[in-house]
Amino acid sequence: MAAYKALFNLVVAFFLVLSLEGIARKIMARIQRRIGPPWYQNFIDLFKALSKHPFSNGWIFDFGVLMALGGALATAMIIPMGSITWTPFPNSDNFFVIMYLFAVGALGMAMGMVGSGNPWASIGVSRALTQMLGYELPYLIVMSSVIFFYKTASIHKLIELQRGGWNLLVMPLGGIVAFISLMGMLGKKPFDIMIAPAEIASGPMVELSGKYMGLLHIMHVFSVFVEISLFVDVFLGGGSFGWYLVKFVVVWVLAVMISSVLPRFRIEQMLKFYWGVPLGLAFLNALFVLLGWTL
Amino acid sequence: MKERTIWEQIADSFRSRSIWMLHYCTGCGAMELPPTMTSRFDMERFGVAPMATPRQADILLITGYLNTKTLRRVIYTYEQMADPKYVIGFGSCTINGGIYFDSYSTINRLDYYVPVDVYIAGCMPRPEAILEAFNYLMEKIRKGEADGWKRYRENYEWYKQNQIRSLGEVYVHDEFHE
Repeated sequence: MAAYKALFNLVVAFFLVLSLEGIARKIMARIQRRIGPPWYQNFIDLFKALSKHPFSNGWIFDFGVLMALGGALATAMIIPMGSITWTPFPNSDNFFVIMYLFAVGALGMAMGMVGSGNPWASIGVSRALTQMLGYELPYLIVMSSVIFFYKTASIHKLIELQRGGWNLLVMPLGGIVAFISLMGMLGKKPFDIMIAPAEIASGPMVELSGKYMGLLHIMHVFSVFVEISLFVDVFLGGGSFGWYLVKFVVVWVLAVMISSVLPRFRIEQMLKFYWGVPLGLAFLNALFVLLGWTL
Repeated sequence: MKERTIWEQIADSFRSRSIWMLHYCTGCGAMELPPTMTSRFDMERFGVAPMATPRQADILLITGYLNTKTLRRVIYTYEQMADPKYVIGFGSCTINGGIYFDSYSTINRLDYYVPVDVYIAGCMPRPEAILEAFNYLMEKIRKGEADGWKRYRENYEWYKQNQIRSLGEVYVHDEFHE
C-alpha cells in the first residue's frame, strides 16, 4: 500500500507541478500584457528535451544528473500530502529525514554540473550553494521553533496538531520567514541568482543538452513539489486532498506573482538580505515560542 | 526522403511546438528580436523561448552579415548544439551578402558553411516576417522537411572544405580533455 501511495505522490507531483509551471508562464505573460504560451507548454518542452540526442561530459556528469534525479524522487516519495491518509511512510516522514534526503539531490546536481568542466557551471553551483547558506539559516531556525513548540518533527503529526489553528496564524512571523525562504528555495526572483541567464548563461545548466536537460527538469519538478509541500504541510494545516491541492496552487501563484514584478538581487545583496531581516524575525519568532507568546 | 517512424513523427510534432533559440547576434538583425520577444509581438505564445547556451538550443539565428572571424564562432556554436538543430538565416546578408556583397572580410552565402533551413529576406525583416518564418519552420519540422542537421552530417566533407577555403583552418580546441 505504501508503495502505491509513494507512486501516487510522484504522479501528482509530475502533473501538478508541470502544469503549474505552464500556468506560471501564462500568469507572467498576462502581467506583462502578453498572450503567453498554452498551459501545457512545459510538457511539450520536457518531451522535446527528452527526444534530443545529447552530449555527455564524462561519467561524473552522468552520475551527478542521475544522483540529482534520484535524490529528488526519493524525497518526493515520503512527503505527506495534507493528511495521514496521503502519507506514504508515516514512520519516516520526519523533517530531518526529508532535509537530509533533499540535500542528496542538490549535491548530486552540484557534482555533476561542476563535472561538466564549464566555468559558468562552477560559478552557478557556487552561487546556488551560497544561496542555500542564505535561506536555510532562517528557515531551519523557524522549523526548530515549530518542532520545539509541538514537540515532534514528524510532518503528519505536525499537520494533525494544527487542528486548533494554522501555524501561519499561530506564529505569523515564522510563516512569513518560511515563505521568504521558500522563494529562495524555488529560485524565484529576486533570488534567481544561481541561474541568471543574462549574467552566467543559466549557471549550472550551461552544458546540459537534450536528455540531460529533460532529466534535470524532472528533478526540478520534484524539488518544487517537496519545497511547497513542506510549507503547506507545516504552516497551512491539513485537510482533504483537494484542500491540499488548493493551498499548493495558492502558494505557487503567490510566489509567481511576487517574482514576476521584481528584479534580481546580486549574490551579496541576497546574503545580506537573508541574514538581516528574515534571520532577525526568525530569532524573534523563536523567542516568542520560548516565552509562550503564540497566538 | 526516408519514411519516418511513428516515434519520429511524434517527436517532430513536439519539436515543432517547443523551439528554444540561440540568437547569435552578429549583425543589425539582432535589433529586431527584442520587439519580437516582448509584449507587442510575443513570440512565446508559439513556444519559442530564448536560451542562454548552444547546448540547450534548438535553432540558431544568424542575424545579419558574417565576417570571417565571426563565421568561425558560428561554426563552433553550431557544432556544439545537440541534434536535431535548425538554422534560420536572417536578412539578405546571409542569402547573398546584401549590401556587404563586395566586402573583403564578409562571407556572402551562409549555406556554404552551415546548412540553413529557413531564410528570411529583407534588410531588415520586420517582426511580422520573423514570426512568419518561425511558423514556416514549425510547419517544416512537423512535416520532417527541416533536415539541415542530417544534410550537415551526410555532406560534412563538402561543408568542411568550404569552411577551410574561407577560414584557413577549422579546429575545435577541447581544452578540458586535452
